[in-house]
Amino acid sequence: MATEVARARPDRPAFVLWDWLRQNLFNNWYNSVISVVILVVVFQAMSGFVGWALTAPGWSAAITNLKVLTTWTYPTDQVWRPALAVWIVALLLGMSGGVWRGIPQTLAIGFGVIMLILGVLAFALPPAAAPLPVSGPFFLLISGVTTGLGYGLGLRVGEPLRWPLVISWVLVYPVAVLIIRGFGGPLPEVPTNLWGGLMLTMLLSISGIVLSFPLGVLLALGRRSNLPVVKWFCIIYIEFIRGVPLVTVLYMGSLMLPLFLPSQIRIDSVIRAMVAVTLFSAAYLAENVRGGLQSLPKGQAEAARALGLNTLQTTMLITLPQALRAVIPVLVGQFIGLFKDTSLVVIVGLVDLLGAAQNVIGQPQWLGTPGGVWRETFLVIALVYWVFSFTMSRTSKTIEENLSVGHR
Amino acid sequence: MAVATPPQQRSSIPFYRDTRIIAIILQVVFTLVVVVGIWFLYTNMIEGLRKANLLPSLSFLSQPTGFAISESVIPYSTESSYGQAFLVGIINTLRIAITGVILATLLGTVVGIFRMSSNWLLRNLATTYVEIVRNIPLLLQLIFWFLLTKEFPRVQDSINLGGLLYLHNRGVTMAWPREGDDFGAWVPWLWVGLAAGIIFYIVRRVQFARRDRPGVAMPQAFLIAGGVVLLGMMIVRLTGGQWPLFLEIPQLNRFNFVGGSTITPSFAALLIGLVVYTATYISEIVRSGIQAVSKGQREAARALGLTNGQALRLVIFPQALRIMIPPLTSQYLNLTKNSSLAVVIAYPDLFYVGNTINNQTGQAVPVILMLMLSYLSLSLITSLMMNWYNKKIQLVER
Repeated sequence: MATEVARARPDRPAFVLWDWLRQNLFNNWYNSVISVVILVVVFQAMSGFVGWALTAPGWSAAITNLKVLTTWTYPTDQVWRPALAVWIVALLLGMSGGVWRGIPQTLAIGFGVIMLILGVLAFALPPAAAPLPVSGPFFLLISGVTTGLGYGLGLRVGEPLRWPLVISWVLVYPVAVLIIRGFGGPLPEVPTNLWGGLMLTMLLSISGIVLSFPLGVLLALGRRSNLPVVKWFCIIYIEFIRGVPLVTVLYMGSLMLPLFLPSQIRIDSVIRAMVAVTLFSAAYLAENVRGGLQSLPKGQAEAARALGLNTLQTTMLITLPQALRAVIPVLVGQFIGLFKDTSLVVIVGLVDLLGAAQNVIGQPQWLGTPGGVWRETFLVIALVYWVFSFTMSRTSKTIEENLSVGHR
Repeated sequence: MAVATPPQQRSSIPFYRDTRIIAIILQVVFTLVVVVGIWFLYTNMIEGLRKANLLPSLSFLSQPTGFAISESVIPYSTESSYGQAFLVGIINTLRIAITGVILATLLGTVVGIFRMSSNWLLRNLATTYVEIVRNIPLLLQLIFWFLLTKEFPRVQDSINLGGLLYLHNRGVTMAWPREGDDFGAWVPWLWVGLAAGIIFYIVRRVQFARRDRPGVAMPQAFLIAGGVVLLGMMIVRLTGGQWPLFLEIPQLNRFNFVGGSTITPSFAALLIGLVVYTATYISEIVRSGIQAVSKGQREAARALGLTNGQALRLVIFPQALRIMIPPLTSQYLNLTKNSSLAVVIAYPDLFYVGNTINNQTGQAVPVILMLMLSYLSLSLITSLMMNWYNKKIQLVER
């Protein structure tokens, strides 16, 4: 006869603030000292910061210059074009969130909600100096609503949207560049020397990753090639670029690139910076992809050969897809680095988000402000950089965890 | 019945399907494409430069520069040559890179250990610092620190930190060791200390080799050398009545500081920026390195009776070091390369000087090549040194 054993589970200990404090803050004498010191210092710092932030006179510099910070000298009556590009991305993001769930869903909901909140808050701000075709609050609200619409659509239609979405994501970068640059007719051409601000930061870093992708993959494959000439060419290129600072590559792009090309061809400074960033980023991407290729068990390639696939087929169908999948988190990390590093283009005279902020700080109307407006303005753009980088690094961490779960 | 003769495989493969020949053809084609490409770019460049009357030459290196450099370790004036200016740039880059690497390693290690603290507040404070700083561009941080140093008060109203460190708008003045009058009497002691350390080290090594057992001699050798040097210091003080080396406290004169050591605002801002930024990455490396050492190692060390500190110092850290060295190397390289951002805050490093030389001479091509090769050499030397150290501390497997 089986005795019924009462499976009395011990109750989960209730959360008691006092116990938590004792275990985590005051578990021995020196930790107690450290805790008290930190509490005092952090409290002082926070209260000082909040006191300053509430009374700081310079916030209006960033607020009245939102157009300058986001699009720099892009023609005011054409500002709806970068906005349209953002809305397209918002729509795609929303739809991806609805179709794939998981990480895209988190990103889509986060983006949409932040845009809506900022949009509502933006109504409280004073209007921009020059009237824009799309004013700040409306731009933000439309972005949020578009994300929501896309999300709803993705949820409803689901599976059939999968491939169209993938293709749209591939096409969205050239389409966005085309919209922003224009080609005449309804979209008059906007020369790239008018580009700047956050828009330029985004375009440079995205193009840095997107355009360097083919070159980087080729370099990675070349470095693992059996052909000594190809292999050494790739090694020298990769190690040379990785051994010099990005500034020197940008400098070379801005000074030497025009010399390299026949004198009829003129390329402006944004394109030069894009080329330099691409050449630079390709070397790092190559090393990351090589890491992915090396992490694959040898059996994969051998099995492919045994099945009768040739070298090209083995690479394109077996090893490369697996390697790329494995390095997605690393590539996101590289993208974060590139996103931060594009600020170096101010050294070669371009005006990205940081350059625009420096310009705002130097505007004559803030000369009278005691202490200048640089603290407030820098804080605003630092927050912008931070939100983007932090979101991406969290996303990459999640992807990494998901991938390692799949491997187990 | 005759057995069919095996087909003559070797001779029947046409040359265009022989992988060895294909490989050679591919490489020849690749070389041709690269050479033609480079040739095309090169001729274009020379053509353009000839039109602009700026054919590349290195003759400018010996001409006088005519520009001043705000800080230099070696003697430099406006009559010095471009070559000397370039050298000043290299030395300034080395100066910031070496100081930065040392300080960033210290700060990074401390923060990394804080991030594993059992104290919730300390742990999260360290994590907050890392998450904030490393997600903001370094250039923005450098400009921020530079603008902050500009807000420091005049020299007369310097911010006094314990009487040893003064912040003012011309830089940071701090107490600094200076050699006293009796320094000459102390020099022999330095040599004796060095010799004693080396002899001790060699003797111990020979002993270890004879007994065929591993051992550590370096820390004791340092202790002996240091002891001899300190003893010498005491004796010089007793016989001569003055310290051979003393900490010079800066004194505020009417308009300036006398004594101590002063660094410029640019150097201070660059150093703080680089150290604060790179330390976040180093802390991550230290933390993951220590966590990668298996838990059994710490438990075994505890079971052998080592204290927590001993376990960390003798068991955990040496093993963590092996994991940490390769990523640390790349952070050191990053710091060196990032020091080129000094150009925005007017610290005369290699890139800043190179940029000025280019603006004055128009010799863009040689200047860029010299810049790139200098940075490349710095990177290669650093990685060679770190690789050597890495090899030295790797586990010797039999």
